Amino acid sequence: METVLGIDLPTWWFLLIGALISGYGILDGFDLGAGAIQLFFRKEESRRIALNAIGPVWDGNEVWLVIGAGSLFAAFPLVYGTILSVFYLPFILFLVAIIFRAISIEFRSKEKMKWWRQLWDISFCVSSIVISLLLGLILGNLIQGIPLNAKHEFIGRLRDFFNPYALLVAITVLSLFMMHGAMYLIMKTEDRIFARLTVMANNTSKFFILCFMATSMATLIYVPHMTDIFKSHPELFILPIAAVLIVLNIRRSIEKRQYRRGFVSSSITTALLLILFAMGLYPNLVLSNADPQGNISIYEAASSTGSLKTMLLIAFIGMPLVATYTVFMFWTFRGKVKLEEHSY
Amino acid sequence: MDNVELLSRIQFAFTIAFHYIYPPLSIGLGVCLVVMEGLYLKTKDKVYEELTRFWVRIFALIFGIGVATGIVMEFEFGTNWATYSRYVGDIFGSALAAEGIFAFALESAFLGILLFGWNKVSPHVHFMATVLVALGSIFSALWIVVANSWQQTPSGYRIEGEGMTARAIVTDFWAMVFNPSSIERYSHVLIGALLAGSFLVLSVSAWYILKKQYVVHAQAAFRIALWVAAVSSLGQLFTGHKSAEVVTKYQPAKLAAMEGHFEKSAPADMYLMGWVDAKEQKTTGLKIPGGLSLLVHQDVKAPIPGLNSIKPEDRPTAVNFVFQTYHLMVAIGMMLIALSLFGLFMLYRKRLFETRWLMIVFVFSVLLPQIANQVGWYTAEVGRQPWVVYGLLRTSDALSQAVKAEHVLASLILFTFIYVMLFALFVYLLNKKILHGPDVVDSEEEEASSRMNPVLN
Repeated sequence: METVLGIDLPTWWFLLIGALISGYGILDGFDLGAGAIQLFFRKEESRRIALNAIGPVWDGNEVWLVIGAGSLFAAFPLVYGTILSVFYLPFILFLVAIIFRAISIEFRSKEKMKWWRQLWDISFCVSSIVISLLLGLILGNLIQGIPLNAKHEFIGRLRDFFNPYALLVAITVLSLFMMHGAMYLIMKTEDRIFARLTVMANNTSKFFILCFMATSMATLIYVPHMTDIFKSHPELFILPIAAVLIVLNIRRSIEKRQYRRGFVSSSITTALLLILFAMGLYPNLVLSNADPQGNISIYEAASSTGSLKTMLLIAFIGMPLVATYTVFMFWTFRGKVKLEEHSY
Repeated sequence: MDNVELLSRIQFAFTIAFHYIYPPLSIGLGVCLVVMEGLYLKTKDKVYEELTRFWVRIFALIFGIGVATGIVMEFEFGTNWATYSRYVGDIFGSALAAEGIFAFALESAFLGILLFGWNKVSPHVHFMATVLVALGSIFSALWIVVANSWQQTPSGYRIEGEGMTARAIVTDFWAMVFNPSSIERYSHVLIGALLAGSFLVLSVSAWYILKKQYVVHAQAAFRIALWVAAVSSLGQLFTGHKSAEVVTKYQPAKLAAMEGHFEKSAPADMYLMGWVDAKEQKTTGLKIPGGLSLLVHQDVKAPIPGLNSIKPEDRPTAVNFVFQTYHLMVAIGMMLIALSLFGLFMLYRKRLFETRWLMIVFVFSVLLPQIANQVGWYTAEVGRQPWVVYGLLRTSDALSQAVKAEHVLASLILFTFIYVMLFALFVYLLNKKILHGPDVVDSEEEEASSRMNPVLN
């Protein structure tokens, strides 16, 4: 099989899509989290400041979802079709929430009426929570594996997706994003809302650590195949240890009021948790809990070598550009948020 | 046709038709914004700056809905058309991913600066952001139309595997990108978008002129948009003809349906309007005998293969629908040419803005390119049936195996409900923004009108 820098092409794409999903989790994670805590702000001004802290960047953050999904479609079409059609209704709800969230941000400040703004605030908050929970629910089921027969056809039922483990992962993802969002907002705000957010960062981080511990335990007990890799490669055990240390560092940063460091730590946490998941999967992309033949490996799902190579070239040219825009955008809107005439 | 197929087709058609209200407006308006802001930087005339700021606010509204409804489209390939996704992922997926990386990222990143960066960056950097957002949307259309054109005229591929595991694989990336219909269809789509955007500007400006509000601003915007509209509508004649040539060469069944032509091998007429009775295989209406033959082969007697020369299972079934949508598109195209050229003539005679009836026509003209864009796509997509990838994969074979009819029905009801609400909100907010008008700083003439519309927010 053809390799680039000693790594075969399907593995390259496994890594790249992992990086894109991590990028999405880190970037959209904070604005989803900011949305999820929106209703905790009581004052109109605070809500506007919180909204405008993500105002210029949330759309750019969502681009990572579009690119991630597009890459999965291009590199592993079988997996794209399987995951999206198996989780049909969860993904439809996800899309509906994406629409509601976008228009809530766009519409809320277009009218002065109190009920209008309250309505869109609720819609913004609920859709942010729903998106986070659905991402977690789908992730939780993918960690456990989904019922596919040897021909990769789905043989399960929709309601089986709402199992305790998947629900736990869903709540963990929500708590991670809420904490992540709170720390992002702390960096962008001052005065009263800042003070309120420090309390929220403290509470959400405690809640997250609780969820994190519960999910780790549940994974060790109920999903042992996720830890198989450590039996063959014990040196990789450094990663879960790193994850625990970084999670503890979030708490430490919050206690020492070093929120920037805390935000970086929660970003790394997001990436590390996804890396642990990816290590448990590799070389598969989808695990079947009904028939080991039903697993979909990257080699089986991969597009043609030619296409993967062309796409890799496109990614090598394009991703530095995307990273540049992202940095330029965050740099332009650096510093604390001030409301002005163009604000939402 | 089973229920899953029928419902999935309705859902896809509905969600994409709704989505397609917005991207053409973004593209066309984006180009108008570049001209407006460019003129501001060049002339330092405040009017252009205020115009740009006003239209950026409308752009934001349109763009936001376009993005939200566009993400739905990307996911629907996987949710409802999993077999299709697997079949074309190698090709269609690459185009979609390239769109995300090269176009959508550019657009979305600089949109933030376009909307919120007025006081954060210098005027030149802001102008650069406007240009990049416009370019991003133009590139975006490129990749999407390339992907769709490959479905119409596949090339640069080979088929690997058989039956349920068959898939198309790229053998020549550039042959795939520049497949036989890419350029023709892309230019046709792009100009359609310019028409949508410029007629929106024309409509709103004409309304202000009629109401005698923001007259200086409205006339300036009208002039810019009128030029864009005139050049585009003439250009559309050319790209439309080119697109028809491609259809003639590569999709004879679609061409035959467009003109309601059934005979196996006979000269084909060109209809100005008419009605197709597919059962009786009869087309009646106002026609130029041998017109299609003349257009295609420069000879009124040249035979053109009709629908009967194609195997019954490979023919589009909704012949009258394809016929009507195609003719409506052409008719509107002609109207747009007449309207914009007449507008230019009146501008030259310096009577344009005083001619009340013409301004009233322009107010309503915003609907024309919208309708033409919609029905043009209906012709292209319904005319391609029963194939999802022309000649390779049937629509009925492209579905998701895991999805049940009741799930699709549920999602279809959900999307219908949301999109109806979204459209109502869009019209309400657009109307509100138009009533609010541009924020005018210090113009004596327009002070009165801005006092009547105090700045909200």
